[in-house]
Amino acid sequence: MATKNLLQAIHEGLAEEMRSDESVMVLGEDVGRAGGVFRVTQGLQEEFGAARVMDTPLAESLIVGSAIGLSVNGMRPVAEIQFADFIPPAFDQIVNEAAKFHYRSNGDWNCPITIRAPYGVVPGGALYHSQSVEAWFCNTPGLKVVAPTFPGDAKAMIKSSIRDPNPVLFLEHKRTYRLIKEEVPDGDHEVPLGEARVHREGADITVVAYGLMLYMALEVAEKLSEEHGIETEVVEPRTLYPLNKEKILASAKKTGKVVVISEANLTGSVSGEIAAIVAREAFEWLDGPVMRLGAPDVPAAAFAKPMMEHFLPSAEKIEEAMLELARY
Amino acid sequence: MAKPVTMPQLGESVTEGTITRWLKAEGDEVEIDEPLAEVDTDKVNAELPSPVAGKIEKFLVSEGSTVDVGTEIALVAAEGDSAAVDAPPRENVADPAPTEEFPASDTEAQPVAGEESPAARTSRSDGNGRGDVEDAETLRLTRSSPVVRRLAEEHGVEIAEIPGTGTGGRVTRKDIEGYIEELEEREEYAPGLQEEREAFAEPEPEIERVPVYEGDRVEDLTGIRRAIANRMSASKREAPHAWTMVEVDVSGLVALREREKTAFVEREGVKLTYLPFIVKAVVESLKENPVLNSVWDGDRIILRKRINVGVAVDLEDALIVPVITDADELNVLGLARKIEDLVRRARARNLGTEDVSGGTFTVNNPGSLGSVVSTPIINHPQAAILSAEAIVKRPVVIEDAIAVRSMMNLEVSFDHRVLDGGAALKFLNAVKSRLEACGPESSIG
Repeated sequence: MATKNLLQAIHEGLAEEMRSDESVMVLGEDVGRAGGVFRVTQGLQEEFGAARVMDTPLAESLIVGSAIGLSVNGMRPVAEIQFADFIPPAFDQIVNEAAKFHYRSNGDWNCPITIRAPYGVVPGGALYHSQSVEAWFCNTPGLKVVAPTFPGDAKAMIKSSIRDPNPVLFLEHKRTYRLIKEEVPDGDHEVPLGEARVHREGADITVVAYGLMLYMALEVAEKLSEEHGIETEVVEPRTLYPLNKEKILASAKKTGKVVVISEANLTGSVSGEIAAIVAREAFEWLDGPVMRLGAPDVPAAAFAKPMMEHFLPSAEKIEEAMLELARY
Repeated sequence: MAKPVTMPQLGESVTEGTITRWLKAEGDEVEIDEPLAEVDTDKVNAELPSPVAGKIEKFLVSEGSTVDVGTEIALVAAEGDSAAVDAPPRENVADPAPTEEFPASDTEAQPVAGEESPAARTSRSDGNGRGDVEDAETLRLTRSSPVVRRLAEEHGVEIAEIPGTGTGGRVTRKDIEGYIEELEEREEYAPGLQEEREAFAEPEPEIERVPVYEGDRVEDLTGIRRAIANRMSASKREAPHAWTMVEVDVSGLVALREREKTAFVEREGVKLTYLPFIVKAVVESLKENPVLNSVWDGDRIILRKRINVGVAVDLEDALIVPVITDADELNVLGLARKIEDLVRRARARNLGTEDVSGGTFTVNNPGSLGSVVSTPIINHPQAAILSAEAIVKRPVVIEDAIAVRSMMNLEVSFDHRVLDGGAALKFLNAVKSRLEACGPESSIG
């Protein structure tokens, strides 16, 4: 067991899977010789060779399309999209081909691919390096969308994703790559896809959040506990599609007050889906309006730092919303 | 402004009442204390006097409906308040500023520093400026939230009664949970009240139905029938009944009554029956045997000081037990008068709450209907009930000779938790000797 950040944990998960299963391979832009723009795949080409750690042209449709072809021929490819903002050219391959392969072949064919994509706002990221794209994919049956935030979960879930017989979109928040460090178990430890995690128990309000917002919500939760005696239960979905309804509802019923926080554009977001589930299935337990915090409906986080900060739910806004809900 | 009229509490353990008939129509003027409706409760049928004067704006409850005590049943517009007739009975419908509607074209989907909170914004955009839709602030106070409404309904509490600590004084889940906890603690310290409430509780909603065949008539329960059903079931369920009987030779009493009855009715204006004699003998014997005049109270027994004797009166479709309060202060004449008055008013369905409460012992008189043996159910939570049967002439052996005597069976059903057969028979024999001591020459005192 060693302390690792998210990058290191994902690297370790990939390497371990490649060592234990010869069909596991990596492909994407700069993943080979360069070791990936975030160094997730550093050293993998030296260890496993250029055939299993393959540099590709700047063509996302090709990256995912090749992965699909490889997967139905016995490989378990992990395709990297350098930034989630660049995923649209591969949209058709993911949504129409990979996600529907199993269904269209009446269960005769599987499509065991994993697509890694870094997402989320970073300073200077602006239009092409900031977006949260999860909602585009979270209404596509046949596809699984995961977004772990903590290194231990990420290592376990990259393994679960690779081993899953059908396509998984694996989202990594760029700001959490080096922000969160924790002890990560060596070797295998299980985190199945589709299971939410309660990070912090509390009886007063529930925060459902993922990515950087989860990290911030956890810090605000500690602050509210110390300063106001408000105990927040913090739930991380970990898998965004399909959602672990039971765990979210259990917490909603316990506290009766729910706020969902993510940095995605609010309209049509995963937060909206979570809020709808809570409003419908925990109605008789609710003691306040189901609230959401997210980005406004503007195209992307701005390059200018003050505007970027305005775009994101800040710690202050999160605290304000959590306090309002607790006092409601 | 229209004033609500609520279902009054017609007796200490009465929790609901049925509006059997409205005595006024909507739009009628009503004076203070003028009868507004006939109300049928577990204990009494009564006329409901109007607590306010004015014009009846609206009946909120239809005839035949049973509602909880405290429920608003009618709205009466106070005199000189003509404008109130068509206005909604609500005081603080906020006047939302029409310009405050959250603009749909604005896609700024989250509040920013300095802006009002989303909840505050909703509170205004929900109102439509015409005042016929309650705004969020009003709803927050009266309806609070789904969980609060559910808890309020489950525990039968009014949200408006609970002090709120939430937004704008809203009742939060914690508020109502604390309130309910407090209520329950209070009830734990008043077990008598709890017991009575249980006795009057509505029957379990799960009813196993019997088959209904063609030509059968299905009758809904009246308030009195339901109260009898609940009280009898509660008594049989709660109190382990034991029963014993003695034979009483009342030939002397019969002779006394025969001698006195004509003069008595002429003199006093009241018929002389056997019942006042029996009640008097019972009262005197209760004084000697106070355990019969007691109440089971969970983990203790309460021996009542006052002797208030209930007398069962048959009403053909129901049974009611008016109470002779402080029966030990009355002689036969006083008892005869009191019983005559209670029976007359019971048959006229004109008893007040005070006439049917506070009994400590009950005398049942099935003999008047021809019964010679009965096993009465105790009027729970009293400890015992006495039945006086019909007086019949029977051959009886007296000192090895057979004689024809006027005989009466006297029985007691008693709560075996409170007393045993020995005490019951000591009491019964005391009553017996008092009745047998009456002779044609006795004075009626």
